[in-house]
Amino acid sequence: MSEEKNNGRMSIIVRTIASSVFPFIVIFSFYIIMHGHLTPGGGFQGGSVAASAIVMLIAAYGYRKVDERVKENSLACIESIGAIIFVAVAFVGLFMAASFMYNFLVGSPFFGEIPHGGNTGILNSGGILPILNIAVGLKVMAGLSAVVAVMALSAGEKK
Amino acid sequence: MIWNIPFITVIVLIAVGLYAVLFKRNLIKIAVGITIIESGVNLFLITLGYRKGGVAPIYTNLPPNVEIPKGMVLPVPQALTLTSIVIGVAVLALILSFTMKIYEHYKSLDSHIVRRLKE
Amino acid sequence: MKAKTIFFIIFMAFLLYAAFEIHPFSKPTSKMDDYIISNAQNETGANNVVTSVVFDYRGYDTLGEATVLFAAVSGVLVALRRKEDKHE
Repeated sequence: MSEEKNNGRMSIIVRTIASSVFPFIVIFSFYIIMHGHLTPGGGFQGGSVAASAIVMLIAAYGYRKVDERVKENSLACIESIGAIIFVAVAFVGLFMAASFMYNFLVGSPFFGEIPHGGNTGILNSGGILPILNIAVGLKVMAGLSAVVAVMALSAGEKK
Repeated sequence: MIWNIPFITVIVLIAVGLYAVLFKRNLIKIAVGITIIESGVNLFLITLGYRKGGVAPIYTNLPPNVEIPKGMVLPVPQALTLTSIVIGVAVLALILSFTMKIYEHYKSLDSHIVRRLKE
Repeated sequence: MKAKTIFFIIFMAFLLYAAFEIHPFSKPTSKMDDYIISNAQNETGANNVVTSVVFDYRGYDTLGEATVLFAAVSGVLVALRRKEDKHE
């Protein structure tokens, strides 16, 4: 009954905590994506963390707010941008170097350092792996967010 | 070998999931069974690549005295597990959205009442 | 129902047989993985060997996976389309 009156959103305590924790979760997901070639993690895991932050916002604020703020078309656009970056980097490897998805940045000054043995982690290494991590992170984040938002909207309208 | 207990755990998981898929009539329970089968397959891949006393195949902050090829677990099964998890999430989202459309259309989740899924 | 039960029992028997016949636990033998562990830092420049397998050695696999994810998201967006969009 009260949920119907509040448009499906939760109490003010939950909303305040959700909105204040949200930036930290997004920053943490960016950390996981950017350090994907150094520590456990990568594009998929970081994108999933960011999508879970958006799921938390949906659960706290209800589907009406989601309906106002989130557009599925823009999320699908972000996902397509991630896919385009992925394929474009792969084709640059085809045209500039040996083969499709060739790691052409290893040894170059940009993302090109080659570590040896156990070390404490050089962020400026990995060749094209950080770029592909960012592309896949965008793709997974937008895709899972779009799925959950559309499901919440569809379930909310039926009620 | 009787010491293959992790593989037997995988088989128990797959048996539970396959039982739910074959003998249950509720579509949500079938989706849960498919997810349990996926968990069994992921556990199988991880178990397949485990090496006794091995560390994770990551060179950042590597512990000292690790023998390089033989002291790390296999990386390729872990990469395939990553692929499998993401595909599992995508397929689960598709299954649940189709289940929502089926419930909206038939007002039921029983696979014997839903006419086109019978047999 | 009886056919389902028989299929279930036979399938589980095959899986149990395979579990007892597979290589012993924690003793895998794979030259490919040894090569990848030894040479991943020199060939891809990344510390994380799993990431270098996902994005470099098996990049086609990741490309197909991204395609599957895109197809699934498109399928969900089409299946749960809003009512207003039908009239456009």
